[in-house]
Amino acid sequence: MSAWRCPGCGYLFDEAEGHPREGFPAGTTWNEVPDDWACPDCGVRDKVDFEPAGEDV
Amino acid sequence: MEATTADAHEHHHHHDHDEVDVNPAAWTDGKRYAWLLGILIPLAPFMAWGIDALTGVGAIWFIGPVLVFIAFPILDFAIGLDDTNPPDSVLKYLEQDRYYRWCTYVFIPIQYAGLVLACYLWSSGDLNTLESIGLALTMGVVGGIAINTAHELGHKRANSEKWLSRVALAQTGYGHFFIEHNRGHHVRVATPEDPASSRLGESFWAFLPRTVAGSLSSAWRIECARLDRLGKSHWTLRNDVLGAWAMTVVLFAALAIAFGPVVLPYLLVQAVIGFSLLEVVNYLEHYGLLRGKREDGRYERSLPEHSWNSNNVASNVLLYHLQRHSDHHANPTRRYQALRHVDEAPQLPTGYAGMIVLAWFPPLWRRVMDPRLLDHFEGDVSRANIQPRKRAKLLARYGSGAEAAA
Repeated sequence: MSAWRCPGCGYLFDEAEGHPREGFPAGTTWNEVPDDWACPDCGVRDKVDFEPAGEDV
Repeated sequence: MEATTADAHEHHHHHDHDEVDVNPAAWTDGKRYAWLLGILIPLAPFMAWGIDALTGVGAIWFIGPVLVFIAFPILDFAIGLDDTNPPDSVLKYLEQDRYYRWCTYVFIPIQYAGLVLACYLWSSGDLNTLESIGLALTMGVVGGIAINTAHELGHKRANSEKWLSRVALAQTGYGHFFIEHNRGHHVRVATPEDPASSRLGESFWAFLPRTVAGSLSSAWRIECARLDRLGKSHWTLRNDVLGAWAMTVVLFAALAIAFGPVVLPYLLVQAVIGFSLLEVVNYLEHYGLLRGKREDGRYERSLPEHSWNSNNVASNVLLYHLQRHSDHHANPTRRYQALRHVDEAPQLPTGYAGMIVLAWFPPLWRRVMDPRLLDHFEGDVSRANIQPRKRAKLLARYGSGAEAAA
C-alpha cells in the first residue's frame, strides 16, 4: 500500500484507508482514483499533482 | 508552466495544527477584537426591534441593507486600507488559537435567534407592510452575510465545522453552495467553465441567473458522481444537495407551523435576497480574470493574479478577510485570521461592500472595472475571460482588428 500527498494543503490519500465518503473504500489503489479527482480538502490541486508520500505508511 | 510567484507565497500546512514553534508574545494581532464585529449584522433585527420600540422610527427595519450597502462603503473610505500581514512565523499560532473560530461559531445562534424574532414580528401584526418588507430585506442581508460565515466554516477539515456551515446556509436554501464552492468553484476558478467566475462584458444581471443555475447543476453533478462511485441512489438524503435542502424545508416548515403561513412569503424573499448577495460577491471576486492553458491542455494552477483583492479594513472585518481572496484560493483551508495580502494580486478600487453597489449598475461597473482589467493584462484584452456573445465587439474595441477577426 502506498500513500499520496496533496502538494498544496498536505491532505494525505493512504491506499490502506482510502476515502470511503468519496467512494474510495479502504484498499482502493491510487491507480483506481480518476485523474480528474481534485484534492477533497483544498480543491486547488488535482490527483495528477499529488506527490508520493511513501510505502506502507 | 508553474509560476514561481505562487510558490514564493505558498506555505505547506499539514494536518497537525497544534505544534507551535514561535513565541506569540513577539507579535500582536491588531484585528483580534475587531473580528467580534462579525456579529453586528446578525444582531441587526434585534437593534431594529429596540430602536423601533424606543423611537418609533419605522424606517429602522431597513437597517440591514443600510449597514451593508451604505454604512460599510462609507466606512471603507473613512478607515482606509491595511495591507499588513502576520509574520509567517506566527501563522500556525494564529490558526490554532480557538478564540478566532468561536467568533464565527457564535454568529450562527444569533443568526437563528434573529430569524425566529423576525417570524414573530411578521406574524404579530405589529409591523405595517412596508416595515415587514424592510425586515425581510434586513433578514436577507443577514442570510447573505451568513453565507460568508458558512464559507469560512465549510472550508475547514473538521466535520463539526462543515456541519455548522450547512446550518448557516439553511436560512437561504443555499446548502448546495458548500459542495459546489469547494469542489467546483475552487477547481475551475477563473476559467470559462466556472459558473461562479464572471466574465468581461458580462453584467451582474446576466451573471446572476447563469451562476445560480450553473452552481446548482454543478453541485448536483458533483454529488451524483460521488454517489455513483459509492453505488448509491442519487435520490437519498445521503446526497448532500438533498440533505442540505431538507434542512431548509424543515426549518421553513417549523417556522410556518409556529408562526403561521404568513411568514412563508417573507422567508422566500429573504432567501432570494440572501443568495443574491452571495452571488454579487462572487461576481466581483474574479471579474474577467482568466487562467492560462499549459502545453498539456490543463489550466495553470490558480495564482494570486486570478482573484480581485481589497485591503479595506471595514469590509475585511465584516467578511472575515474574504477580500484577501488570492491567499484564500492558494490556501483554501487557511483560517481567516491568517490570510495575507499578496502584492501580485489585482486590487479593487474600494472594498467589496462598495463594489457590490457598483455591480448593480453595469455601465458604472464597466467604466470603473474594464480599464482596470485591461491594465492588469497590460492592454491585451485577449488574456481576459470574455463573455462569448461580446467577444468580437470587445476585441474590436480593445484589441487589434486581426484578433477580432480570428
